[in-house]
Amino acid sequence: MSDTTTPSAATMVQGNSLWSDAWKRLKKNRFAVAGSIMLILVILLCFVGPLILGLFGLDAETTDPSMANRPPSLLHWFGTDELGRSYLVRVLVGGQMSLLIGFVATITSVVIGVFYGAISGYYGGKLDEVMMRAVDFLYGIPYMFLVILIMLMFPPDSDVGPLPIFFALGIVQWLTTARIVRGQVLTLRGQEFVEAARVLGASDMRIIVRHILPNILSVVIIYSTLTVPAVILLESFLSFLGLGAGLTWGLLVSEGLSVVNPVESYWWRLLFPSIFLALTLFSLNFMGDGLRDALDPKTRKE
Amino acid sequence: MRGALVIVGALAALLLIGIGSWAGWAEAGVLLVGGIFVASMLWYPPPLLRAVSSVLLAVFLFAFLQTVAGPLVGVVLAVGIAGLAWRFLPLRVHRRIGFMVPSMVMLVFVTTILMYKAPGSPFAAEKQTTQQALEAQAKKFKVEKTPLAFFNTYMKGLLLEGTMGLSVKVQGRTVEQLLLPALPVSMSLGLLALVFATFLGLLLGVRAGLKPNSAADYSSMGLAMIGISLPNFVIGAILLIIFSYWLQWLPVAGWGSYGHLILPSITLALPYAAYIARLSRNGTIEVMQQDYIRTARAKGLSEPAVVLKHALKGAVLPVVSFLGPAAAGIFTGSFVVETLFAVPGMGQWFVKSALARDYSVVLGTAIIYFTIITLFNLAVDFAYAWIDPRVREEM
Repeated sequence: MSDTTTPSAATMVQGNSLWSDAWKRLKKNRFAVAGSIMLILVILLCFVGPLILGLFGLDAETTDPSMANRPPSLLHWFGTDELGRSYLVRVLVGGQMSLLIGFVATITSVVIGVFYGAISGYYGGKLDEVMMRAVDFLYGIPYMFLVILIMLMFPPDSDVGPLPIFFALGIVQWLTTARIVRGQVLTLRGQEFVEAARVLGASDMRIIVRHILPNILSVVIIYSTLTVPAVILLESFLSFLGLGAGLTWGLLVSEGLSVVNPVESYWWRLLFPSIFLALTLFSLNFMGDGLRDALDPKTRKE
Repeated sequence: MRGALVIVGALAALLLIGIGSWAGWAEAGVLLVGGIFVASMLWYPPPLLRAVSSVLLAVFLFAFLQTVAGPLVGVVLAVGIAGLAWRFLPLRVHRRIGFMVPSMVMLVFVTTILMYKAPGSPFAAEKQTTQQALEAQAKKFKVEKTPLAFFNTYMKGLLLEGTMGLSVKVQGRTVEQLLLPALPVSMSLGLLALVFATFLGLLLGVRAGLKPNSAADYSSMGLAMIGISLPNFVIGAILLIIFSYWLQWLPVAGWGSYGHLILPSITLALPYAAYIARLSRNGTIEVMQQDYIRTARAKGLSEPAVVLKHALKGAVLPVVSFLGPAAAGIFTGSFVVETLFAVPGMGQWFVKSALARDYSVVLGTAIIYFTIITLFNLAVDFAYAWIDPRVREEM
């Protein structure tokens, strides 16, 4: 990236100037800091909350017909749904799945994308052209289209569980990562430190892993932070179409939509999952923006 | 280079073996041949490329025109247009066509495989469940046993008979009878949404970018953040409640009048407007620091003239290259919006038919979406080259 970067992974671990600088800049960005705190809070709530609520006998699946569609109360802070299930627990448990999908699908897409993009960009030539052509082809397919077809193949209640959704969402997101990584690698591979490594007899794999990847790490981090909210949002669309991953925020929001209209307004069923979903996406987007400002001096606002 | 080829080749072989054992070896073979055909075009000398892409274009146009206007008109027009293309179009466009047409065939094939691998069949909901009745049904609707056989029949129907097949679920209708009326609906919705997204996005983005870190900046970017962070079907539903139920300014749902267009297209546009706002904000900030802006100011231009004549172009560039992906997203984003507002467009047909395993309708929507998006991307590339001379050289 910048010329001051030391192109070695060994110094990276000790924290060199680029990363400590970035950390300092990130800490100054109020939005990013607020976003990170919020995100940690939401994650803690979603994963620890249901355990604590379980001690009070509340869980996501226990039904109670006498308590159907009650507004928020002391026992059920977020109200109940039409089967009398506590909405607070359902929102938190749904969050677990939404967050998991976001992170796992992003990791999948980053691994594929970085690997693909690095090879394509590093070797260049016809190999690059063929590989980028395949990416172009996949880009031409509307991704919702592909995702829906893959989701049909593995219904969420099948014995493999929600795994296919990670797979389906990851597989449409790696394309952009691959393109970005390829572009970065293309500019890096001609630079002196790569030449130097080659002269010293380093193998291609070693050059890619030890010298080029550390230099594109910041771009990959920025992009993956912005991929997580995109994936969570995509899952909510699928839930809306009835193809979701089971109990997620997307499902709860879509259910909420169907019971909020001028005739019957169980507003809590739309409001609470929407707030959680929006807060999480807000935080992730702010974090992504903050990281970009911190790590990429070119786009930093003065 | 050798090492890379070995790695990539090995991975491709693995992928192929995976596909073969999962979907059938004949299918994997066809995919391999298709892939090699598309990739091999990179090595064609220009005259050969020109000829091959013109033939492919003729076949594509024939298949399309025949369905719409009959075989005779189809032949004449297809050969005529392809001939003109062969004679006059620049090589870079031929390269695109040579890529686009085989890709579309591959897409149809991949879609067929995916649909066949999904559990369930088009006749799952039928009452008559005897084996013979089912086979008679399958024969009538040309639903073959393997994806390859189905693909074969489908392509034959498309090229020789000029039909996209019969819908299983809507009895007695062909796919083109179902989809052709839905196409203008989705197109007008999508284009209007694209226009909304571009104007709203540029307005917010340039306004924010001209005064970074001001109240105008924070309010615009805050709005954009909401557009990116809330699923648009939630925003759409809220708009629906406000404008249709409470204020009763706009019709509730459905299709027919101009009023029906407004809420769906705004809903569809919002996330993209937000994204465009962010892009054009960054573009504006960057452009405003350039030397030529200082020159423009120094020669005494008024601030609006500086912005409109000089800065806007720079702010628009990143937006133009985003329009291709945005169009793809908007056209397929309509899956959700059409369902929410009960708009009788292509998206509804896709979702409904995919859930009901109505194979030929799904393939029909796939072909139409892919064509629209590819054509749009082509147009965006030209627009980009027209705005930015640096790109023109490369193309």
